[in-house]
Amino acid sequence: MNLNFTAAELAFRDDVRAFLRDQLPADIAHRVKSGLAVRAEDYTCWQGILHRQGWGAPNWPKQFGGTGWSPVQLHIFDEEAAAAGAPRTIPFGLKMVAPVIMAFGNTQQQQRYLPGILSGRDWWCQGYSEPGAGSDLASLKTRAERHGDHYLVNGQKTWNTLGQHANWIFCLVRTDPNAPKPQQGISFLLIDMKTPGITVRPIITMDGVHEVNEIWFENVQVPVENRIGEEHQGWTYAKFLLGHERSSIAGVGVSKRELGRLKSIAAQEIKNGKPLLQDPLFAARIAQVEIDLMALEITNLRALSAESKQRAPGPETSILKIKGTEIQQSLSELMMYAVGPYALPFGRLSREEGDVQAVAGPDYAAPLAAAYCNMRKASIYGGSNEIQRNIISQMILGL
Amino acid sequence: MDFNLTDEQQLLSDTVQRFAREDYTFDKRREILNTAPGWSREVWNELAGLGLTALNVPETHGGLGAGPVETMLVMNTFGAALLLEPFLGAAIVAPALLTRLDDANAAADLLPAIATGERIVIVAHREPQTRGELEHVVTRAEPSGDGYVINGYKSVIAHAGTADELLITARTSGNPTDTDGISVFRIKPGMPGLTVKSYLTIDGQRAGDIELQGVKVASSALIGTAGQAFSAIEGAHEVALSAICAEAIGIIKAVNSATLEYARSRKQFGQPISKFQVLQHRMADMFVQGEHATSMSYLAAIRCIDGNTHERRRSLSAAKVVIGQAGRFVGQQAIQIHGGMGVTDELMVSHHFKRLTTIDLTYGDTDFHTQRFISLTQAG
Repeated sequence: MNLNFTAAELAFRDDVRAFLRDQLPADIAHRVKSGLAVRAEDYTCWQGILHRQGWGAPNWPKQFGGTGWSPVQLHIFDEEAAAAGAPRTIPFGLKMVAPVIMAFGNTQQQQRYLPGILSGRDWWCQGYSEPGAGSDLASLKTRAERHGDHYLVNGQKTWNTLGQHANWIFCLVRTDPNAPKPQQGISFLLIDMKTPGITVRPIITMDGVHEVNEIWFENVQVPVENRIGEEHQGWTYAKFLLGHERSSIAGVGVSKRELGRLKSIAAQEIKNGKPLLQDPLFAARIAQVEIDLMALEITNLRALSAESKQRAPGPETSILKIKGTEIQQSLSELMMYAVGPYALPFGRLSREEGDVQAVAGPDYAAPLAAAYCNMRKASIYGGSNEIQRNIISQMILGL
Repeated sequence: MDFNLTDEQQLLSDTVQRFAREDYTFDKRREILNTAPGWSREVWNELAGLGLTALNVPETHGGLGAGPVETMLVMNTFGAALLLEPFLGAAIVAPALLTRLDDANAAADLLPAIATGERIVIVAHREPQTRGELEHVVTRAEPSGDGYVINGYKSVIAHAGTADELLITARTSGNPTDTDGISVFRIKPGMPGLTVKSYLTIDGQRAGDIELQGVKVASSALIGTAGQAFSAIEGAHEVALSAICAEAIGIIKAVNSATLEYARSRKQFGQPISKFQVLQHRMADMFVQGEHATSMSYLAAIRCIDGNTHERRRSLSAAKVVIGQAGRFVGQQAIQIHGGMGVTDELMVSHHFKRLTTIDLTYGDTDFHTQRFISLTQAG
């Protein structure tokens, strides 16, 4: 039992560090590290740089243009990229739909869709949730009626992240409304966002940001060849996708970076004539989250170690989701409390632009209250933390 | 990076589990608990026969020279079984201290007898005001003739009254909070001026306070260099911390599985209470805390002999915090879910709860280790 990386893994880490030092644009890293809004073109630009390096799809197998890295290498890459301030990967193409296309799509579909995901040419978004289907996803109502060589899709999707930039969407649709169980009669469709009848409407979240959308489908024609796998079998693919969504869910690298930012802010803020970092109560709060993050890191390494032995990520990833998001939320909360009332002035438009100018108070204070508000989503998305507890009690505890 | 056990480690773990399952049942433990000494020499000999008392003694002194991972595996099982015998003190802490004191004579004399289980050696370091501060030693040893005279007080020393020989720490120079000036003396319990007041602790273990009033020892009682024992004492405590973290993990897992079993069988409102989501989520949280704490027990085992002092200290304090918190949460919730039965003496869960409580209060509690973690982190 040991926590050491092998010599080959350390050499790999050096390569990753050198690449990030040379290739990650400074302005993008600055926005990421300061908690400012990352622009759509930042994501595309970074994906292009990764692609040119041959690292466009770290989690893909080599045969589809991936790196074929081991789980430990993936972990090292995630950790180093987060520390350097690289933007997060937009997961919808690379980490969600691509594994489904690889596992269940036909050769033509693989050739048609995968290269665009790899290069960043195509931006994918997710069409899972509906107003009446959140945690109870299988109750979704969006209809797809078969008309010869195409489906006619009608319905509404919601909580669609960054779909305003997307040119493709993957959707769960109901193809058989008379199936005996809600999980049956669902199909998995890939839909071109330019198809007539699709309307994207922004949902502005409480931080004032346009991050999510609702999407309306009115008589949208989708070719049958855009269906993945068998008709009515979409739930199987959907569950497979959700399993992949949870890999790297712990967010250890990003939380380490955010912990560093928290400490840097707490070192600059003054309370009772001393840096806030030395205030006993506040120091204890930081220590608690730092200690929990140490534990999460080991739990994540344990999961990776199991994955390296070809064991697929299991229900244990629910632990990573719960603890990971609790830590992310604590960090955003502590950062806001660290600056006190100067967290309150709200520079909404400037945050959207990514170049925040503090309305009042220190620059680092400007995005913190909005980020705190934004991070409330973490325990809700990706299977709410209550759903994760259901998974643990059913799949692990056998209740 | 590797979280697997070697074949030897797996075998060791299986052996200890078989011992616990077959020879250390809850009923057997209760019998032992009710005897006058509160622990069993017969069981001790059996542990020695299994080679467990030799585990932490170096091979050069007749031991197995195993490491913290082996100790962790053994303590996982001894935690679940709630072992009453002085394994932590006599088979882990004492050899850990002796191997770090750099005294060939004392090592050659004591370690082989520790390995065979013949002699029970107990380290007596904690004092009333020590809490977790290891350098806080008020007990003094003044040179006198060709030896020393020792005056002082040691408090809540597990198995103090059991010891064939005590390793007592005393200050030979400096002030009560200096790291320099602390020495270790080997003292037999019957020495004039030394009184041991033995008692039962809440967890059913035996402990005692030791009063030293003008205890005269020969200079040969000093182990290692006078005044230079602090780092050895700290090292032994770090090994002990890792061991009790593992003990707590064994308890937490046993408590979690007992709670699951109880909730499945206990019926109210016409169904097993395990069907209630409020309890399912509670038990999911208990499981999550258990895994969170297991990770820190691994970290403690891996880091407790790390050469990097800063990382070692920081990791151990962090581990003790997480294990203290997880132990408290899991223990309290387990009692709650067991309902009225949980607060009785009849079920093992209350005994597990009391041992978890004891673990949090010893070797520095959660608050102490949080503060220590903060100071270490700020010192960088």
